[in-house]
Amino acid sequence: MSGAAKSPRFHANPSASLDPRRIKRDFPVFERNPGLVFLDSAASAQKPAAVIDTVAEYYRTDYANVHRGVYRLSARSTDLFEQARARVQRFLNAADEREIIFVRGATEGINLVANSWGAKNLGPGDEVLLTELEHHANIVPWQLLRERTGLKLVPAPIDASGGLDMAAFERLLGPRTKLVAVTQLANATGALVPVETIARLAHARGVPVLVDGCQAAPRIPVDVQALQCDFYVFSGHKTYGPTGIGVLWGRKALLDDMPPWQGGGDMILSVSFENTIFQEPPHRFEAGTPHISGAIGLARALDYIEDLGREAIAEHEAALTGYGVDRLGRMQGVRLVAAGQRRLGILSFEVEGIHPHDVATVLDQHNVAVRAGHHCAQPLLDKLNLPATTRASLGVYNDESDIDALAAAIEAAQAMFSR
Amino acid sequence: MTIDSRELYQDIILDHGRRPRNFRALAHPSHLAHGHNPLCGDRVTVYLELDGNRIKDVSFEGRGCAISTASASLMTEVLKGKTLAEAEALFRGFHASVTGGEMPAMPPELEDDMERLLPLAGVKSYPARVKCATLAWWAFEAALKSGATGATVKTE
Repeated sequence: MSGAAKSPRFHANPSASLDPRRIKRDFPVFERNPGLVFLDSAASAQKPAAVIDTVAEYYRTDYANVHRGVYRLSARSTDLFEQARARVQRFLNAADEREIIFVRGATEGINLVANSWGAKNLGPGDEVLLTELEHHANIVPWQLLRERTGLKLVPAPIDASGGLDMAAFERLLGPRTKLVAVTQLANATGALVPVETIARLAHARGVPVLVDGCQAAPRIPVDVQALQCDFYVFSGHKTYGPTGIGVLWGRKALLDDMPPWQGGGDMILSVSFENTIFQEPPHRFEAGTPHISGAIGLARALDYIEDLGREAIAEHEAALTGYGVDRLGRMQGVRLVAAGQRRLGILSFEVEGIHPHDVATVLDQHNVAVRAGHHCAQPLLDKLNLPATTRASLGVYNDESDIDALAAAIEAAQAMFSR
Repeated sequence: MTIDSRELYQDIILDHGRRPRNFRALAHPSHLAHGHNPLCGDRVTVYLELDGNRIKDVSFEGRGCAISTASASLMTEVLKGKTLAEAEALFRGFHASVTGGEMPAMPPELEDDMERLLPLAGVKSYPARVKCATLAWWAFEAALKSGATGATVKTE
């Protein structure tokens, strides 16, 4: 349960290049909710005015359905939608914009891979190797596919420090492993997973790798070509964009060979009652009218992130995480949940003698918004023997004063419960 | 500390949360049920021993937050010795008090017991916490329906 001692020491002063006080002014929610200490960005990030305005402006000025109309308004809408795809391509440094598939979120992206690539390529006894750090979204889709195909789910364990046990992972990567599906940053604890190493090990055995980038994409630079993975998913709403939009990136050679998973309009070349010819990727996987405004809003959010600078964001979050580990680590009766050697952006903790739900309620009364519960990672919490934790998670708008407010609110909870 | 905190976490709630009464299994329950709040991981098992139409003994085990533990503890205190009809009236009254619903008419002989449950009424300002306060009661109701084999109720 320690974790504090193992975390790297960071300089007390977070990044000089990011100014959270100025950034906070970009987010209207802080103006509308004075005093709000928002520490739940891992659940969903707040939205900058630029994103909100872009979505509103699109509906006011450029809205029509895409890929259909011959009229200019529809052509303009289609252009904006496809430009958003190109924007995501640059964000991930994907080789080809046709590798970018718009989905509802990371959950749908993983379900797409399971139902399309998985249903085609995985059979009885084939193993999907994941980790104990996974979010339910990277467990349940494979369990549903298991019922149809007889595949086997193999979870690689965490070690005593709370990080992925790489030696165990290597041992479990065996002749029956047909897919590796791993998170890049554990949402429940903040543990960073060495996905580059994992991809190298898996590829040496010809095994493709899916990376759940939900928590990593808003926090660290992501280059899917450098990562050498095969599928990468993330959610728009965690990257300061709208809800209901997310991205599946897939290597083109794999996507070309994948059957559609949902049928409908927009994903076909021609339809007769006898036969239907499907579109090429990405449109093959985007049946029906897509979330056009979501994609356009997401593109603006990615602009916002890159304007701040992704290295600068990563440095800021690392410095602030270090500050939080130190600050909470020094508190009596507060135990940080172990997160391995490298923790980023997420501080999961227990307050001795107070249930996480009670902690979160008292924190809320002090205007500190955190999450309490199992964080959609029940297998991990079972492993850690915790029914629930309290989780504070960081965004670009947070600074040391937010951590100080968190610490003060925890102390208030302790005072109240010890009376 | 804000005034709100004390309204929700009254002394009696902290007391019952820390030292729950009737916190044990019954050796020979005629009825039992498990309550589970998957959202927060809270679990409670409610045990009943009925003597005809009367609750001869009632107890609980489990783990949960201060609200759910205190609620289960207070519930066992007021239900012991009651008839099933009285228990149902108390549940209706309790439910109304924690959800901000209209309070049903309470027979005079139950007014004191109803009063004992009112410290939990503070949760009505915290919609996310209402399920914590009602978990044990739902398990009590499920126990009556399922008998000694036990059922599981979930709140989400």
